[in-house]
Amino acid sequence: MTTEAPHVPLPLPSPIRIGLSRGALELKSFFREKDAVVFTFSLPVIMLVIFGMIFEGDVAGTGVDFRQYFAAGIIASGVMSTTFVNLGIAIAQERDDGTLKRLYGTPLPHVAYFLGKTISALVLSVLETAILFVIGGMLFGLRPPSTPERWLTFAWVFVAGVAVCTLLGIAMSSVPRTGRGAPAALNLPYLILQFISGVFFIFGTLPAGIQQTGALFPLKWLAQGLRSALLPDTLLAAEPGRGWEHGRTALVLTAWGIAGLALCLTTFRWQRRRDR
Amino acid sequence: MRDMNDMAVRVRGLRKRYGGIDAVGGVDLDIPRGEVFSLLGPNGAGKTTTVEILEGHRARTAGEVSVLGVDPGRPTRGWRARLGIVPQTSNEQPELTVREMVGHFAGYYPRPRGVDEVIDAVGLTEQAGSRLTRLSGGQRRRVDVALGIVGRPELLFLDEPTTGFDPDARRRFWTLIESLAGGGTTILLTTHYLDEAETLADRVGVIVAGRVVEIGTPDQLGGRAAATARVGWLGPEGRQYIETDNPTQVVAELSRKFDGEVPELTVTRPTLEDVYLSMIGAQR
Repeated sequence: MTTEAPHVPLPLPSPIRIGLSRGALELKSFFREKDAVVFTFSLPVIMLVIFGMIFEGDVAGTGVDFRQYFAAGIIASGVMSTTFVNLGIAIAQERDDGTLKRLYGTPLPHVAYFLGKTISALVLSVLETAILFVIGGMLFGLRPPSTPERWLTFAWVFVAGVAVCTLLGIAMSSVPRTGRGAPAALNLPYLILQFISGVFFIFGTLPAGIQQTGALFPLKWLAQGLRSALLPDTLLAAEPGRGWEHGRTALVLTAWGIAGLALCLTTFRWQRRRDR
Repeated sequence: MRDMNDMAVRVRGLRKRYGGIDAVGGVDLDIPRGEVFSLLGPNGAGKTTTVEILEGHRARTAGEVSVLGVDPGRPTRGWRARLGIVPQTSNEQPELTVREMVGHFAGYYPRPRGVDEVIDAVGLTEQAGSRLTRLSGGQRRRVDVALGIVGRPELLFLDEPTTGFDPDARRRFWTLIESLAGGGTTILLTTHYLDEAETLADRVGVIVAGRVVEIGTPDQLGGRAAATARVGWLGPEGRQYIETDNPTQVVAELSRKFDGEVPELTVTRPTLEDVYLSMIGAQR
């Protein structure tokens, strides 16, 4: 081996570069794990297909096919699944198997680790959404946004949704005591939110108390924002606010984003509990 | 007296308390730059806790600690870039090849070693294109070592690095550590294998129940060099032994008595293992 030179401070590689490299590594590793790929992408697709077969008819008084309403909700739910649920479980397992501990012992900037996770979550969410679009389009005529304005709405709602759910997934990964407890800890809030956020049921038809509870959490706003980009304005007759409430959507998602970031920075654990 | 700047590790009164019990109860330790220092001790003695405090993985309850001149309680990236850590256990299952993994970690450091050079040094050239999930336990361990040295560390922590190695792999690992030490890397090694400590370490420290009970060179530890020797041979009535402080004289006398060759002659002193076992036994 080469002789050691005395310590001279050298510039460290940039966090952005390392973050990009981590994102690429995460994706490479993910796509080589066939089981994970199949299950990650198939769950929302199966839900879309089964619910599409069960339900029929229009959302009352709007002329909008209920299955399209439902498809927008499943896209929102798919984003939360690939980011919040999968990410939270994966990080809890990385904490258990020593991945995080090893990384903590290197000069990896912590922000680069989170950046890598965000990049991989974003790429997977885009793929997931594209698959849902294709299947939703074939089965019940779901169409991409119809105007540049609607594309813009779709883009910012989607990116904000991915960012918020990623941050909350990272934060939630510190809650279960072990990696084995992680799937339950992440799936429980996900499942409940799907029921109260207008994914499985039309939001406007839910009892007032449930609507108010659902409106406290980001999934409701993500689903509503996506409906505003994908479905015609005639649907507004069925929306409780009688408007798309973009301002409020941005506000709630930003608030959750800040809360998620604060939680990540203050509560993230690189060690198993018993190792401290 | 050595200058403090010559010390890679300096520890005074280190204490770590878990729920009212001192896991580490006042450890003092100096490791000069360039030394290979081995920490020995039974399971639960506080070895790993001590090492993980030095690595910046655990917080300490009390005491002064300086590692490469930095308090590991406040780790920085610049400091981390000068350390290499081979943790005790790792169970990651990334679907990545050895070369991808080592190459990726090299990107964290300002002045990494060549990826192929490192893979070759740990003897994984043939497996460089294999995924980690396909490697044997010993090969996985060598990946751990590769990740620990790829950043060209000034100080390398090795926590039970050869657990699960076959004897041949262990020998080759020792050669690697000797070459790193020859290049000036300071090494802190914890191990359960006393032959490993004896081969590699300039000095060993024995830690029992959270305290360092003795520090010395492997051949001096526990008064080993001055210990009574035991001369054995095959006499007319079977195997015989004499405990003596003058083994040379005893052998000379035996040689005269047998008129030349002494049958099945042995001269032994306590091994490092004998000394170590009596040391940890006395402390328990």
